Amino acid sequence: MVRLIVSGAVVLLALAGAAVAQAPKPGGVANAVIQPEPPGLMLGLLQNGPTQMVAGNIYEGLLRYSETLEPKPGLAESWTVGPDGKTYTFSLVKNATWHDGKPFTAADVLFSVEFLKQTHPRARGNMAKVTSVAAPDPHTVVFTLSEPFGPFLGVFEVGSLPMIPKHVYEGTDYKTNPANNTPIGTGPFMFKEWKKGSFIRLVKNPNYHLAGRPYLDEIYWHVIPDAASRAVAFETGKVDILPGGSVENFDVPRLSQMKGACVTGKGWEFFGPHSWLWLNNRQGPTANKAFRQAVSYAIDRDFARDVIWNGLGKPAIGPVSSSTRFFNAKLGQYSYDPAKAKALLKQSGYKGETLRLLPVPYGETWQRWAEAVKQNLEDVGIKTEIVATDVAGWNQKTSEWDYDIAFTYLYQYGDPALGVARNYISSQIAKGSPFNNVEGYSNPAVDKGFAEAAVAVSPAERQALYDGVVKTVIEDAPVAWLLELQFPTITRCKVKDLVTTGIGVNDGFRDTWIER
Amino acid sequence: MALFLARRLGKGILVLLAIVVLNFFLIRLAPGDPALVMAGEAGAGDEIYVAQLREKFGLDQPLPLQLGLYLRSILSLDLGYSVRQQMPVGRLILDRLPATLLLTGTAFLISLTLGVALGALAARRAGRFADTAITALALLFYATPLFWVSLMAIIVFSVRLDWLPAFGFETVGGGYTGLARAVDIARHLVLPSLTLGLFFMAVYVRMTRASMLEVAGLDFVKTARAKGLREGTVQRRHVLRNALLPVVTLAGLQAGTLVGGAILTETVFAWPGIGRLMYEALLQRDYNLLLGVFVVSSAMVLLFNLVTDVIYRVVDPRIEAAS
Repeated sequence: MVRLIVSGAVVLLALAGAAVAQAPKPGGVANAVIQPEPPGLMLGLLQNGPTQMVAGNIYEGLLRYSETLEPKPGLAESWTVGPDGKTYTFSLVKNATWHDGKPFTAADVLFSVEFLKQTHPRARGNMAKVTSVAAPDPHTVVFTLSEPFGPFLGVFEVGSLPMIPKHVYEGTDYKTNPANNTPIGTGPFMFKEWKKGSFIRLVKNPNYHLAGRPYLDEIYWHVIPDAASRAVAFETGKVDILPGGSVENFDVPRLSQMKGACVTGKGWEFFGPHSWLWLNNRQGPTANKAFRQAVSYAIDRDFARDVIWNGLGKPAIGPVSSSTRFFNAKLGQYSYDPAKAKALLKQSGYKGETLRLLPVPYGETWQRWAEAVKQNLEDVGIKTEIVATDVAGWNQKTSEWDYDIAFTYLYQYGDPALGVARNYISSQIAKGSPFNNVEGYSNPAVDKGFAEAAVAVSPAERQALYDGVVKTVIEDAPVAWLLELQFPTITRCKVKDLVTTGIGVNDGFRDTWIER
Repeated sequence: MALFLARRLGKGILVLLAIVVLNFFLIRLAPGDPALVMAGEAGAGDEIYVAQLREKFGLDQPLPLQLGLYLRSILSLDLGYSVRQQMPVGRLILDRLPATLLLTGTAFLISLTLGVALGALAARRAGRFADTAITALALLFYATPLFWVSLMAIIVFSVRLDWLPAFGFETVGGGYTGLARAVDIARHLVLPSLTLGLFFMAVYVRMTRASMLEVAGLDFVKTARAKGLREGTVQRRHVLRNALLPVVTLAGLQAGTLVGGAILTETVFAWPGIGRLMYEALLQRDYNLLLGVFVVSSAMVLLFNLVTDVIYRVVDPRIEAAS
């Protein structure tokens, strides 16, 4: 009875909410900032942030994901998973067409998987256990796996597996296909015009497969290279949408307090941007476990969040982000404890060597953060010098292991098997990439745990395995976790339903409308 | 004159080739390469991905071979291909050229005319109020960093007063054509061209003033006055004309940078010009594009040096006689 009453109250509340919410109005133009200008818009070939943000409107994936990372229909209207966890069957929407009018069918899905295995490093990894992709009829696709792969239902988002038109690309050299400059997808908006250095213009797809969508007529993505000018663009009303990361963090409080401005930290749950310090496990004082633990205790994460990130974000307690599956809040260990850090430092036999500290070269906020960490470390007696570098230099130094302590942040893609394991398992130690096990941590127990957890079938089993691995990794402290970052999206409040999924602005403006 | 021009042109081409070779090696001294930058932006990347990119960029070839290929294409007047932007370098530069020329050209005209006029006025009124006011102002503009002036101009004239657009080349999505478009672009041009022009204006003011005061004390000016010429004529025909040589030198230098664009101004005002193209190419290690911009802008510097030398001869015929 109690349960009945409670659920009745929930229904009433939901109804009340529905009555207050307005019906979306079609029409209008969205003005958004894109930073930096993307190198291109062909999402199958380019996977950088700005490309995804713009092209997420042009292309689509089979699935979308809610803020709690539950799969939702995309180009697939329904799906089933075989009892052995090795077959995944998708039913595609029947009325989807490409922007040039050709129908979207199962043949395009098969082609896209083959295309992306050649060009998309993440898709290559995600599809590694797929032994066959079949199309029993034009609107059904069956993926067969060699063994169960827990995160598999989480890899069909638009940036991870965008659908590519077979009739445009088949038999051509993908990278030089002229269609790359006029991308063709199935998405709610079509590419119209790109004035390099000024703006990108997308227009409504009138034949979109979801009736009544999209609401907007046009989207302008404005290219404004200077951070202060981007803030001014919002203040003067030139743009209404500042996606996460497009203004310096110290401008966020000022802009969000403007009349008619709304802010949300949502829409990054799938990515779970997680920041930490890579501590070079191969050489010098950072090769010593006690020293690395000392670094972790020496850092004041609350200060960094409150002062440098203006109160946005959360202290990261371990390798898994709180928005990623299988996070366990009980496993944290490192609090801000300078006394303990000093004791561990003594135990480690540190002799006062100066360590090179490499900040992320993405603007003022990161520079300030490096200065704060330097001070934290000096307070407990660790000497550091900050190394100045630009993006290319940072990539070079980290992927060639030429550093002592380096800032970084990486996406987690919703599942530890996709975004977490790559930084801690020994098979991912390889020069030439800044996205693998750059710190050089190697522990056979951890390798084994991550491998087993990825292929375990039941979620409970996976949880137990990840808890074991995470405990060991936290104890070994191969890196010093800093913050779960939040990149707030600032909009004019009249822009409605911009962020509706765990992928946020990168999932396109399908549901977005403007109140008038 | 013809011989002079031919000799200078020949030298110019040699210098240009030397610049190309030097730049080619210089930009490769910077850490990282375009493949790593693109992999870095993707947030994921394995060895296959980076190797594919390197091959695409032609970075898997030995360095001397890369240089040879580049020189060959330069000599056939082809600036190469930007793999990152998926477009020929020549087209990328040509696309940005009108915006840059409009900005730097306007700034050039503003600074030169205002600078010489105010400098002449200050020299004529040396020591009096107008002189003090002009030199103080010139010193202020000369000493203030360009980006700060730009930001302040935006805050005052765009954010507070809402008189002028803060950035961009024209109103995006405005749909203007013909005269309305020209007016729209002109409105966008005011702030960037003024902030860019003010610095050079200050330089011209100081240069013109100092140079005129120096000439004004020379014997031939006294003679002109003794002949009974009116003061205006003396100033214009005798003092100003003889004082212009250093100004011409400086204008030649400024003109040489016209095509190179103005990185700071273009960045702050989101002006789609070559300066930004070059700066972004540098950060992204887009070697072909960067070299392309270098080649075009150094060719322009050489050309304008030549033009300056010709103008010297017109302004002061004694130079030709001497050489």
